[in-house]
Amino acid sequence: MIEIEGLTKRYGEKMAVNNLTFTVRPGIITGFLGPNGAGKSTTMRMVLGLDRPTAGDVRIDGRRYDQLKDPLTVVGALLDAKAVHGGRSAYNHLLCLAQANGIPSRRVGEVLDTVGLTPVAKKKAKGFSLGMGQRLGIAGALLGDPRILMFDEPVNGLDPEGIHWIRNLMKTLAGQGRTVFVSSHLMSEMALTADHLVVIGQGRLLADTSMADFIARNSRSYVRVRTPERERLRDALHEAGLTAVEAGEVLEVEGDASESVGELAARKGIVLHELSPQRASLEEAFMGLTAESVEYHAHGGQPPAGPGPEQAAVIPGPPGDGAAQQQWGSEWRQR
Amino acid sequence: MSTPQPPAAQAAPGQPYPVYTSPIPVVRTHLGHAVASEWTKIRSVRSTVWTLGVFILLVVGIGMLTGVVVSASSSSLNGENALGLGFFGLLLGSMCLITLGVMTTASEYGTGMVRTTMTACPTRGRVLAAKGIVFFLVAFAVTLVSTTLIALAHVAMTRDNGAVDPTGAEWLKGTVGVSLYVALLGLLSLAVGSVVRHSAGAITIMIGAVLAPLVVALFMFAESLEDVRMALFEYSIPNQMSIFYANSLSETGPSGWDPLWIMLGVTVAVFAGAFALLEKRDV
Repeated sequence: MIEIEGLTKRYGEKMAVNNLTFTVRPGIITGFLGPNGAGKSTTMRMVLGLDRPTAGDVRIDGRRYDQLKDPLTVVGALLDAKAVHGGRSAYNHLLCLAQANGIPSRRVGEVLDTVGLTPVAKKKAKGFSLGMGQRLGIAGALLGDPRILMFDEPVNGLDPEGIHWIRNLMKTLAGQGRTVFVSSHLMSEMALTADHLVVIGQGRLLADTSMADFIARNSRSYVRVRTPERERLRDALHEAGLTAVEAGEVLEVEGDASESVGELAARKGIVLHELSPQRASLEEAFMGLTAESVEYHAHGGQPPAGPGPEQAAVIPGPPGDGAAQQQWGSEWRQR
Repeated sequence: MSTPQPPAAQAAPGQPYPVYTSPIPVVRTHLGHAVASEWTKIRSVRSTVWTLGVFILLVVGIGMLTGVVVSASSSSLNGENALGLGFFGLLLGSMCLITLGVMTTASEYGTGMVRTTMTACPTRGRVLAAKGIVFFLVAFAVTLVSTTLIALAHVAMTRDNGAVDPTGAEWLKGTVGVSLYVALLGLLSLAVGSVVRHSAGAITIMIGAVLAPLVVALFMFAESLEDVRMALFEYSIPNQMSIFYANSLSETGPSGWDPLWIMLGVTVAVFAGAFALLEKRDV
């Protein structure tokens, strides 16, 4: 369990992290989401005692990181895949970490096997690809078989197979009752892996919610309608009690209402050129949320609940987008 | 993977979770662990092999050359002992130890390895202490072996040139003493590397510290600066080193084992600063 309370970090004039308070619980994957430069890495560095907080406190199972006598067996972290001396072999890199914590050296072979780097164990790290470097970093995190794991942007540089592997790894780790805290700037990635979501923007907490809640609140579904008789259809929809928003050439009808819109148009004899159910992606909801952080001061402490109407007008993309979004949405529904 | 479970767990945050416990035995870490880790680090990078290899090459190689030239010439050493011939090689070789010392700390900042290191051992002072211990022992051992070898060779080579056999005290100073001094110089570089956090910068500072006083003093012609000039000469690192061979540039200034205590004092002071900064700064 990681408890963060009032955590603040100031670099000169700039507030990198501003009064963050949240808890990362065991047994689930907690996603830590924010745009680049939101303060995710700074927060993670403060958890590990690498950066000293300007104010506030981080507790790991009730203790500060530098009070841990056996840190690698408590917290395993992948912060920066490049945090390796390029001239050292993968095996020796992990060995020196293991020795620093009195971890038996046979663990080095085990974690190399887990991440699939055994064939290159004796190779120098500087010859590693981004993905291999990432795997080496993950091996380092797993070395102490810790009960808390932190991954900063773990899928960066991994190929699809590697991404799939790390998702499953994180789920397995969380399933074993470990605390898994993973940062990303990609909402789509979080939607597939995280059970709980902490969103920050400009160093401030924007949302601390379960993934299911976030999806329910932020995924708006609507029907995209294109017709040469826009005014007639608008009136018909209004009579039928359906809310329609005009977005350029098309109308957007709130809700999962493609059947009723189609039937209504047929009854009234209105020609339709397009009728497609749409779902606003979580990515857009996330962007809406973090975009607000610019004018955050006006909103007090509450995270904004769902996309506003002005955002809705922006949502429709090219026709091809619809199918992709649909498929994307169905993915998390199945989970 | 099924996910209905986590939201359910979410609904009851007070509920105790099944917390993972590792089968790996928990160890209370201490300085010994950090030393073992640093030993693995220093032996597993090629720069260590290179810098120490060049060091041995310079000390032994230049030493042998000097010995050959002196023994082949008809000139006499006039009752001096032969140990002083090892000075030139060691002076050049010390640059290698400066480089290795700086790299031991500063290269971790260059590569980002330091974040991994400090995560594995959050007691930052312990990391620096372990680095210092491992480096000092390696540097001292390598220097002692090299200087002893070359000293034995020089004494054997110059027997016919009128050199006297060194006394026990001279042997001690010319091997153990000067090795301690040079290893301390490397240790000082290690501390400077930790403060500066930049390999090239720290190496430049250290080489400047070794050579600058001598070079500056060389061009100090003004009469009124004579005292400064003398002090720069006498306390320059090359001159302090030569005191171990009893061939100082001047008759005044440090003598005997003084250079060792001076270097020890400076190193301790810089280390204190390095420890304080390490605790204060972000990694």
